[in-house]
Amino acid sequence: MRIRPRYTQWLAVTILGGATVLTLAVLVFIIVFVLEKGLPVVNFRFLFTNAEDMGRAGGIFTTLIGTIVLPLLAIIVAAPLGISTAVYLTEYTVETRATKIIRFGTDCLAGIPSIIFGLFGFIFFVTTLGLGWSILSGGLTLAVMILPTIIRTTEEAVKAVPKSYRQVSFSLGATRWQTVKRVILPNALPGILTGIMLGVGRSIGETAAVIFTAGSSLRMPSSIFDSTRTMAVHFYILAREGISSENAYGTAATLIIAVLAINLTAYWMMGRFIAKRS
Amino acid sequence: MDGKFHIQDLNVYWGGNLLLKKVSLKIPSCQILGVIGPAGSGKTTFLRSLNRMNELEPGFKMEGRVLLDGEDIYGPGYDAVTLRKKVGMVFALPVALPMSIYENIVYGPRLTGIRNHDRLDELVEQSLQAAFMWNEVKDRLDLSGLRLSGGQQQRLCLARVLAMEPEVILLDEPCSGLDPISTAKIEQALTELKKRYTVVLVTNNTKQAARIADQTAFFLMGELIEIGPTDRIFTAPAQKQTDDYITGRFG
Repeated sequence: MRIRPRYTQWLAVTILGGATVLTLAVLVFIIVFVLEKGLPVVNFRFLFTNAEDMGRAGGIFTTLIGTIVLPLLAIIVAAPLGISTAVYLTEYTVETRATKIIRFGTDCLAGIPSIIFGLFGFIFFVTTLGLGWSILSGGLTLAVMILPTIIRTTEEAVKAVPKSYRQVSFSLGATRWQTVKRVILPNALPGILTGIMLGVGRSIGETAAVIFTAGSSLRMPSSIFDSTRTMAVHFYILAREGISSENAYGTAATLIIAVLAINLTAYWMMGRFIAKRS
Repeated sequence: MDGKFHIQDLNVYWGGNLLLKKVSLKIPSCQILGVIGPAGSGKTTFLRSLNRMNELEPGFKMEGRVLLDGEDIYGPGYDAVTLRKKVGMVFALPVALPMSIYENIVYGPRLTGIRNHDRLDELVEQSLQAAFMWNEVKDRLDLSGLRLSGGQQQRLCLARVLAMEPEVILLDEPCSGLDPISTAKIEQALTELKKRYTVVLVTNNTKQAARIADQTAFFLMGELIEIGPTDRIFTAPAQKQTDDYITGRFG
């Protein structure tokens, strides 16, 4: 029996709308739950004093620093490498078997569990290169981990720039590099930034790859050769070893607010950039 | 008449298909050459072989010679980037780059390293004047090119080519998507421009060729059927196919 279009329409709206509401509800629940348990602990003192007694008392200042420094180092290393690779693959090579294999490889790498990267980082950066448990080892490992994401999102962003822009640029006597610099990169920038933000998000929330490579020292690092602990790792250790669930939730709440703030800033910057050009 | 371009036995292949067969002709300088023919006749391929835009597509191959002022533009050592600065192109669909009107026009000059603001301002005004749109946009040069109407965007494209101070202007069906008034403005501009530039105008509109072209070339199935003064082509064509096409019996 055929259902009347009126009912299928009603059914479609209900199912699609229902899925949206359910998704949002789960998200809101998690955020509210963590903030409710964590926010009472968070105050100026909590953010800006060092942890005492393994984190039972005191604040999270050193982990705040670790959370800023590790992803920052990862992005500084991965963004130029990833963007260059993506531009090279899309603009300077023709689609061949080799580029398809490279693309397939990056897709696979993007899906590898982070603990594998952690293990690799431990063996390669920490042991073989002798960098030890340090910000450097951790940052480089995170860089390797987010590189595939940055490459793929940049590639998609670069490909989405209309072909006609390239044609116009070439017809006006631009070299390929001039076209990349003046037309392609500016137009792909919002997409590239999205990729970078995904990378920042992944590395801020990372624990497995970080414990193996940056260690979990609560001391204030004095250089990139020192070990450090990020908020995500701090939360993991506090919660898992039952040290302090209050401080664990306080850390989690701070982490959520930090990620939210970073994303909002990025969207705001992107919006301003796009508005300026259209 | 002295030829700006000499094309000798030009064959163009794309993905194994022969798109242009043994095309030979001279393009006189400071005139408008109209190129007419039905869709798929090789008009655009011909045009794009004059500024080496064809070679940007993978699968493109050519034989023969294309001489610009006696120099083979496909010869070893001839730089495509230098060529395209001399031979500007306006595409069928108007494409304003997503930047301001001003930045669109100085795109070419900036590439060649012109930084002087007075010089750039001067180029912008000259080019917009020549494209008959200076009065329309002189007060809003900061406006994004994307906000202009289709007809204005196409004249912006023309102005952008003029700002490079080229020697030849190629136009690929520049009026195909435009209203009659915008078309008239482009035609008016071209008639002025031919005093200083060599113009090659590919058009689907035979009447447009009849109106403004000095010479007209008729292409069919990748072959140049006939070329001659526009008056003669439209009144007494030598080939039957030309006659059939311009009187609308096919195409």
